[in-house]
Amino acid sequence: MRKLLMTAAAVMLATGAAAEGVKVGMITTLSGGGAGLGIDVRDGFQLALQMAGDSDVELVIADDQQQPDVAVQLADRMIQSDQVDVLTGIIWSNLAMAVVPAAVAQGKIYLSPNAGPSALAGAQCNENYFNVAWQNDNLHEAAGAHANEAGYGSMFILAPNYPAGTDALTGFKRFYEGEITQELYTTVGQTDYASEIAQIRASGADAVFFFLPGGMGISFMKQYADSGVEIPLIGPAFSFSQDILGAVGDAALGVINTSQWSKDLDNPANQAFVENFVEAYGRLPSLYASQGFDTANLLLSAMEKADISDQAAFRAALKEADFDSTRGEFRFGNNNHPIQNIYVREVIMEDGVLTNRIVGTALTDHQDAYAADCPLP
Amino acid sequence: MSAMLLIEQALNGLQLGVMLFLMAAGLTLVFGVMGLINLAHGSLYMVGAFACAVVAAHTGSYLLGLAAALAAAAAAGALVEIVVIRRLYDRDHLDQVLATFALILVFSEGTRYLFGSLPLYLNVPAALSGPVMLPGGIAYPAFRLAIIAIGLAVALGLFWLIARTRLGIRIRAGESDRQMIAALGVDIRRLYTIVFALGAALAGLAGALVGTLQSVEVGMGEPVLILAFVVIVIGGIGSIKGALVGAILVGVTDTMGRFLLPQIFATFMDPSRATGVGSALASMLIYILMAVVLILRPQGLFGARA
Repeated sequence: MRKLLMTAAAVMLATGAAAEGVKVGMITTLSGGGAGLGIDVRDGFQLALQMAGDSDVELVIADDQQQPDVAVQLADRMIQSDQVDVLTGIIWSNLAMAVVPAAVAQGKIYLSPNAGPSALAGAQCNENYFNVAWQNDNLHEAAGAHANEAGYGSMFILAPNYPAGTDALTGFKRFYEGEITQELYTTVGQTDYASEIAQIRASGADAVFFFLPGGMGISFMKQYADSGVEIPLIGPAFSFSQDILGAVGDAALGVINTSQWSKDLDNPANQAFVENFVEAYGRLPSLYASQGFDTANLLLSAMEKADISDQAAFRAALKEADFDSTRGEFRFGNNNHPIQNIYVREVIMEDGVLTNRIVGTALTDHQDAYAADCPLP
Repeated sequence: MSAMLLIEQALNGLQLGVMLFLMAAGLTLVFGVMGLINLAHGSLYMVGAFACAVVAAHTGSYLLGLAAALAAAAAAGALVEIVVIRRLYDRDHLDQVLATFALILVFSEGTRYLFGSLPLYLNVPAALSGPVMLPGGIAYPAFRLAIIAIGLAVALGLFWLIARTRLGIRIRAGESDRQMIAALGVDIRRLYTIVFALGAALAGLAGALVGTLQSVEVGMGEPVLILAFVVIVIGGIGSIKGALVGAILVGVTDTMGRFLLPQIFATFMDPSRATGVGSALASMLIYILMAVVLILRPQGLFGARA
């Protein structure tokens, strides 16, 4: 916490003097079980500002504790008393749903570094809302496409019983063409998967697709490896991101997962990002860190072209997405959500550290399924 | 659905039950003897898991990790009792809940300060990794069998301690009449510290064992704490026997409910709706069980007091 305050203060000191700058409010999860994600988004964002040597961004950071009501209070405070121009940082879809619609209605620009609920991508899309990560369904759709390609004729699929969990299974089924042996919803926050694993063992499916973010995924992976069940696993990158691989351990080795980013993506922006991140924080970046980094660079690119006081011009500059993304090709669709490649990764051991490498491309120039419902041009 | 799958699920329920017992035993002892509601019990569970992960990582020995978990949780428990809890015995339950809730925050953020927000690595020791073949061709993880064995052994040990030893006599005496046992010259403050440390050590052991299967991270204790409270309410507050029966009842009900309910609904509904309804109902099942027990026996299954 003290370190956090000091970094925040340092950034503010370094940037506070600017007169014509952009004031950014970052609401993210820095305490509780989901803190690893928020910390990576924050660190990635701050790294981009440092690397750009930019002094026109004033950053206000606050911890939402993964509570929707806290996030709403913070957003009110940032909009009314801090008078920020841009909001960003939210990790969880339920918090985004609580904050984003009200913030954009008050004329603030929101840049999402992580959450991409379907409700904000379709008919209720907004010209002030930009998603720099993905629409929630995307990585799951890619997993479905990969399952077809891998020739899996039957799948056992499971996810927690909450909106992002149902979105995950919907996304997977949208692309998967084979037979679903069994569809299972677990409890949110569940950490014992003995019962589910017994059912997977008995199902005789060709492969298992699971979406279990954070600690849920760690528990599932360890127990799955220990159960001796040999059915292969596929998942979105959230259960194999750099922040939790160390805790999963060797159980994750060789597992296939889908992601829009990987540390071995071969482009100069990504190489510089990975190198500088390791140097600054002493650990490998996760996909969340890359999303925070891209979000900051998108903002900086728009600031070069337009002034925040001319919001229409600033929006147009954001929509051009004229920055070097760590993902390589990156552009926005009509609903301000990314059109991008989604890759297939494999968990490997590299220099004694578990990490991912790209083994293929699941979907090229992929756009979400809700864009057509969005009235934006 | 085969009989093998059913037996495997029953074992899973039993394993969850004995794990809950380790948590609930400490909670029910502390409430029974001191009349204290301790929300920070889940934090002691977390302390055990972190101690085990750190020591096992440094020494490479899982057994040393387990010993460290017991010692660290007991020490943390004794310290907390002497510094904070001791001042709360005469206060009403609301003060106790507030103070021990504050302890949760202190423990969580303190742990985060020391170890960071990323989960720690702790895995099953090589000797117990992988499945073993049970009679009837059931492959079951060896470590889960070990948890069942350890839990049942601890239960036996506790019954022996309470029924046969001098400490046990004092604990039972403390439960029935606090003033009288103090008047008889028993150092009640020391007794309280010992009981609290004992409960903490059991929570720490549960944390280390479960952390091995699941993930060692800040905030891991609170979800288990809620289940442990359900267990002691069902079993009867203050009763070790109640804690054991309640824990196994909750463990088996929860596991079997999550497994069977979606399948039962699937016989007369379309599969995806059955999954949704079944899962939702299954997560409520133990609370429904608790409500039924409270209606029929307000003092719990083995509770002496209402």
